[in-house]
Amino acid sequence: MSVQLQLDGVNRSFDGYKAINDLSLSVDKGELRAVIGPNGAGKTTMMDIITGKTRPDSGKVLWNQSLDLTKIDEAGSARLGIGRKFQKPTVFETHTVEENIALSLKAERGVFATLFHRRTEAERARITELLQLVRLEEARDRPAADLSHGQKQWLEIGMLLAQDPELLLVDEPAAGMTDAETMRTADLLRSLAGRHTVIVVEHDMDFVRALNCRVTVLHQGHVLTEGSLDHVSSNPEVIEVYLGR
Amino acid sequence: MTTLIDRRMGVFLAGLFVLTVLIPAGNLASDGALVPSYIVSLFGKYLCYALLAVALDLVWGFCGILSLGHGAFFALGGYAMGMHLMREIGDRGVYANPLLPDFMVFLNWKELPWFWLGFDQFWFASLMVMLVPGALAFVFGWFAFRSRVTGVYLSIITQAMTYALQLAFFRNEMGFGGNNGLTDFKDVLGIPLQTDTARAGLFVLSALALAAGLLIARAITTSKLGMILVCIRDAESRTRFMGYRVEGYKLFIFVVSAMMAGVAGALYTPQVGIINPGEFSPANSIEIVIWVALGGRGTLVGAALGAIIVAASKTLFTGWFPEFWLFALGGLFIVVTLFLPRGVLGLIEDGLASLRGGGARRAVSAAREDGQAPDAAPEAEARA
Ligand SMILES: Nc1ncnc2c1ncn2[C@@H]1O[C@H](COP(=O)(O)OP(=O)(O)OP(=O)(O)O)[C@@H](O)[C@H]1O
Ligand SMILES: [Mg+2]
Repeated sequence: MSVQLQLDGVNRSFDGYKAINDLSLSVDKGELRAVIGPNGAGKTTMMDIITGKTRPDSGKVLWNQSLDLTKIDEAGSARLGIGRKFQKPTVFETHTVEENIALSLKAERGVFATLFHRRTEAERARITELLQLVRLEEARDRPAADLSHGQKQWLEIGMLLAQDPELLLVDEPAAGMTDAETMRTADLLRSLAGRHTVIVVEHDMDFVRALNCRVTVLHQGHVLTEGSLDHVSSNPEVIEVYLGR
Repeated sequence: MTTLIDRRMGVFLAGLFVLTVLIPAGNLASDGALVPSYIVSLFGKYLCYALLAVALDLVWGFCGILSLGHGAFFALGGYAMGMHLMREIGDRGVYANPLLPDFMVFLNWKELPWFWLGFDQFWFASLMVMLVPGALAFVFGWFAFRSRVTGVYLSIITQAMTYALQLAFFRNEMGFGGNNGLTDFKDVLGIPLQTDTARAGLFVLSALALAAGLLIARAITTSKLGMILVCIRDAESRTRFMGYRVEGYKLFIFVVSAMMAGVAGALYTPQVGIINPGEFSPANSIEIVIWVALGGRGTLVGAALGAIIVAASKTLFTGWFPEFWLFALGGLFIVVTLFLPRGVLGLIEDGLASLRGGGARRAVSAAREDGQAPDAAPEAEARA
């Protein structure tokens, strides 16, 4: 099995505070990986570093064992095939739900390509398919601003899938969802694994359990331990970190 | 997909067409009795302002780039046309120098500076009208957008840009007539500027330019690129994570907008008969923002309407109580920003909608169609 993403001794501090501290992590192609850790553990910052939003002070982030992602900007990482869902759902509020999906679809991203773009039949079909998948077909023509928090989460997942990325970075997808929706999200993410590599950050332990995958515990910007959920949750250090906060 | 000419655009273009027939024809047919000649030039000037407002709306209304320096692009277009008009004067100037404009003779210059070459050709000047503002916008935008300068900082440096140009153009050594600018034009394409034919022609051209500007702007904003501009306006960071290079999009729309402003300036110069460094003044650029805000940001037609309304009020007001104009303008701006977030156009459309019944609901959905940014447009933040 080949390695999709590898972080190697990554450091990043903000005003002297080490948000990411000698972080090393490796995720295989097609793997589903959950990352947990208390607030401020550096989970989101890790995603910022992978996607080029934040530059590390030192260390390497390797894509497919060759390309160093630390030299690449946000748009560049998206073009490589890294898709991201944000902790706080951000959809384009004034655009319709359909337009949000359409703009995310995998396609040429250049200025002139989009200026002269005409929506194809295939794109139309794909949009409908995705809207059905995230159960927003009814809301298709409504501005995204009208959606509930949970629906926005779904829309963002739809936008992520529309990009058809190789690697999906999913930051707290279940926040604001009902229990049933949470489980459906877990099912969806599980079904993506294999064809896509998926890294999910989540606090909700039922959700992580439902993912049924390898878990990495992050604490103070460093990997505390890694393994099955049962394995990590019986680790005394992990228990202390979670109880101690 | 949205249509190129929606109801709003259709009504505006129809109105513009009627004006374009009535004003010049009324003037020519009645020999100035019904529609005085100065009215033709005055309204022609308003149309140039309207085009300038549309240009600003493209960058501000749709892409969130609050340029406080658009007057510079307008002035550069105006100067490019002014240079042609100066050279058209030929040996009919006070000093009767066939090659050098009067101000150069006065400064004891012996030959034409290199950057004045080619401006004797109308086609060359027309090209420069767009290329010079476009090039400035390109260079400026290249640095500003790549370094991710946004918001207030960007506004401030655009303002600094136009101010710097104003100071530069004030200097005689720059070779653009210094303080006095370029004036005393005689004719354009062989037609004396003081004739009603020339006035009517310029009016019609301005109207055509405005219509073309509106349609181009509408085509751009309804394209996929236009949708992405709105994404950038509402959640810039998020747009990047979808793989769009935001700086490229901003640069494109900034350059297109600058060229449009240049055309507006080029049509303005012959109609007012002068172009001077005052056109670069920071206050002018701020006034353009007021036009757009007042008319209705992000609606194109509203921007054009706003420019015409404010410019016409200015003409009337400065006639009645000149010293109060600035207060009136400031007051108007405050009223609009506080009570009319969708500008005059929004007010008109809401009014019509409630007349037709179905009031509030329709007004709301109309607001949505505009893709109006919610006031506190949430900047996409990757972190909660
Ligand atoms: N741009 C920044 N500037 C300053 N401090 C930052 C920045 N980004 C992250 N931090 C700090 O780094 C630490 C890690 O934050 P991060 O958002 O990565 O945590 P997290 O694990 O995602 O937490 P949560 O579960 O609350 O989302 C926090 O203390 C945060 O305040
Ligand atoms: Mg986080």
